[in-house]
Amino acid sequence: MQELSLNILDIAQNSVKAGAANIEITVAEDTAADRLTITIADDGCGMDEETVRRVTDPFYTTRTTRKVGLGVPFFKMAAEMTGGSFDIRSRVGEGTTVTAVFGLSHIDRMPLGDLAGTICLLMSCNQHIEVAYTRARDGESATVRTSDFTAVLGDLPLSTPQVMEFIEGYIRENTENWNGGT
Amino acid sequence: MKSLAELQALRDQMKANMGVRHDDTDNIRVVVGMATCGIAAGARPVLQAFTEEVSKRNLQNVTVAQTGCIGICQYEPVVEVYVPGKEKVTYVKMTADKVAKVVSDHLVNGNPVGEYTIGSMAK
Repeated sequence: MQELSLNILDIAQNSVKAGAANIEITVAEDTAADRLTITIADDGCGMDEETVRRVTDPFYTTRTTRKVGLGVPFFKMAAEMTGGSFDIRSRVGEGTTVTAVFGLSHIDRMPLGDLAGTICLLMSCNQHIEVAYTRARDGESATVRTSDFTAVLGDLPLSTPQVMEFIEGYIRENTENWNGGT
Repeated sequence: MKSLAELQALRDQMKANMGVRHDDTDNIRVVVGMATCGIAAGARPVLQAFTEEVSKRNLQNVTVAQTGCIGICQYEPVVEVYVPGKEKVTYVKMTADKVAKVVSDHLVNGNPVGEYTIGSMAK
């Protein structure tokens, strides 16, 4: 993975697979503490204790087609190599929350990448799921949700290419209005 | 800055076009593999390129969607194109640059791009 946004997309796909109705994604930068925190929380089927314990092992997967499961280990590695930390909490029937903390200015921290494009894709390809995306920096924050768009669109699908183009631009302009950017 | 009022206008414009929209039997589906393997290999820009190109050409009968691991991770990014009444075409090792040709040749004119398919790559 070359961008953290791709890790986010990958972890969020697990939420989709878990049958979540809500996915909350938060990307928060704290420049004073030099910390970047990414949280992906869902209300999907969750995992039992044994599974949660093994899920960061690259050679563990629930799939039967092959023996590796790299999504979660990749994300954990990306956080830990910047002096950060990784945490995954889950309860069967309640959902899963993945939190990764990164050293914001650490030289090995991957760039966030195309977050707006990623969130747009996640929303439009999974219209039945309410995705709430929050971007925060030093106390300022902005949130965009699936229902913001579906409320306007009615029965016109979010995956209509022309609509997707708009949504991507909307997310970008409404959540990345800070100077610099990371 | 983009506002939701603009989205409303876009919706009305799209809905006006809906009348001429082909019914479901004409609908072409483009499916991009979006598991860890696909994402790491660059599937996201490929899907974005499809959406952009379809939107630019204002194609009404094309849906772009994602799926999980298709099972041939070594060939990711993998894109499957389903044209009604035709056999599925699997494109492998896709890049955003290859997308325009697939859209114009295959989706618009009905001629699959042989050189990008799994048949010509997997030798």
